[in-house]
Amino acid sequence: MIRRIGAAIFVMAFVGTVSVLLLSRRHAIAPIDPPARESFSAESVARGETLAAIGHCASCHTHAGGQPFAGGYGVNTPFGIVYGTNITPDSKTGIGTWPFQAFLRVMREGVARDGSHLFPAFPYNAYTKLTDDDLSALYAYLMTRPPVSASVPSNTVPFPLNVRALQEGWKLLLFRSGRFQSNPAESDEWNRGAYLAEALSDCSGCHTPRNSLGSEKTRDDYAGAVVDGWIAPALDRANPSPLPWTQEDLFCFLRTGTSSMHGAAAGTMTPVIRDALALAVVPDSDVRAIAVYFTDMNQAAARASSVDATVREAIATSDLAVKQPYDADANLYASACMSCHYNSARAPLPARPELALNSALTLPEPTNFIQVVLNGVGSTNGAPGMAMPAYASLTDVEIARLAAYLRRTRAKSPPWNDVERKVAAVRRESAGR
Amino acid sequence: MITFQLNGRSVSVHSPGDAPLLWVIRDELGLTGTKFGCGIGFCGACTVHVEGRATRSCVTPLSTIAGSKVTTIEGLDPEGKHPLQAAWLELQVPQCGYCQSGQIMQAATLLKDYPNPTDRDINAVMAGSVCRCMAYRRIKKAIKLAATRMRGVTHG
Repeated sequence: MIRRIGAAIFVMAFVGTVSVLLLSRRHAIAPIDPPARESFSAESVARGETLAAIGHCASCHTHAGGQPFAGGYGVNTPFGIVYGTNITPDSKTGIGTWPFQAFLRVMREGVARDGSHLFPAFPYNAYTKLTDDDLSALYAYLMTRPPVSASVPSNTVPFPLNVRALQEGWKLLLFRSGRFQSNPAESDEWNRGAYLAEALSDCSGCHTPRNSLGSEKTRDDYAGAVVDGWIAPALDRANPSPLPWTQEDLFCFLRTGTSSMHGAAAGTMTPVIRDALALAVVPDSDVRAIAVYFTDMNQAAARASSVDATVREAIATSDLAVKQPYDADANLYASACMSCHYNSARAPLPARPELALNSALTLPEPTNFIQVVLNGVGSTNGAPGMAMPAYASLTDVEIARLAAYLRRTRAKSPPWNDVERKVAAVRRESAGR
Repeated sequence: MITFQLNGRSVSVHSPGDAPLLWVIRDELGLTGTKFGCGIGFCGACTVHVEGRATRSCVTPLSTIAGSKVTTIEGLDPEGKHPLQAAWLELQVPQCGYCQSGQIMQAATLLKDYPNPTDRDINAVMAGSVCRCMAYRRIKKAIKLAATRMRGVTHG
């Protein structure tokens, strides 16, 4: 009997494996000669440019100092580094020979022209929601870029995870193809924002935690996650900012990289703003729509009444270091930080990020605080024209003391644990980059 | 090679991206008005402007200011007659003078943000600019004098 059950299990497993592998064989789509520029309308190309900016395609498909869209940026995943591919219309190294159907399929199903599966580092789970029209505009834009001959490094995903056929199983379990469904109960602007955020910008790609298979936990949509050594904060009701993200604040932040009521963007949010939402080809109305969508999600309206009091209190605390009797930690802060982070008793200035209003101090972990202190915020990061030096010459102990002091006085939150060790870890990681 | 604007002209430098901006300004570009003090961003002597804002150049890696506008004490005013510099001279602020270029660059940002600064504003913003000669009282006086004159010019 046991033998029979064993045999049955074996047969089922065998049939299952074979059928998965058979299923995973997607057909190749015949290559074409790169289409002529004239075959695309100027209107379509222009719209594609805007969409490519909002989708910040360049952030993964361009490496530092490289030609736009020629690939080579390494996306750090828990499974290894996956390199963004060359999506210029070069015939050999890019997507020059891809007909529109192949582009449509890769965006909606994560299958390349030759039939192989892409890793979900390429967020086709979002792009599957894009409309036909928008995909054809994106195709028109990309196929009219200058072709660049550039190969990208090999991914570092180890065997057996690098077997692309296995992605079929991942898709069966975790991926559903389908277009964006608008919510008739909400305004057109809200729906536009939802569409851009969900289908194109893929905000959840960083702001939603992932399970052990690397898939977004749909039940924890926008609950915040760790990405590339930074915390992408929760965007839902659990958002850690002391002040609610109002439409105006969020619009300003997404458009310019900074908001006087919250602080400046840094780290992995930088390309989403500097190389995307801040660009002139992106209309204000689209950025505002995204702001409307997330303002609703974080329930800013319900918290609006507390804004004035919170700002008053924040500014009152920003000169604590001056008024206190001798406090070694406050002195550390006064020497290194206060000349820039002090705000006078009026309103916080955008160029003086008010730490008592900054989520870096209210997040459950000191990750973002440590990143900013150790590595600074270059003028190519966050808000244009602002640079914060890198205080890497402070010891781990000193940074931990600053963290404890600010957490206590500004965030008024329970102390972070084990900060020194965390500083050392970020320091090691930064040195390795 | 990294390019940025220094005192209004474009400069390209060979220093590595992790070189402190201060070293590049003093050693590679030869402008020695900006001083080395503590080297860890705690004394203010190395303060320059990046995009018009006071920044400690000793802890600012060159790579992070690529393409930015940097101003040193030499470029604060084409003739060295910024109202702060005039007030500094008039009130004979410095004693040894070592920290003064940093003090003035920091004070310029202070007055940009707070044209009519209170004592509290001055204490807070200037707290990171250390003067071993204890010229603080004269520094504060000169900042207020310059502020008065600058407001006069602006609203005049």
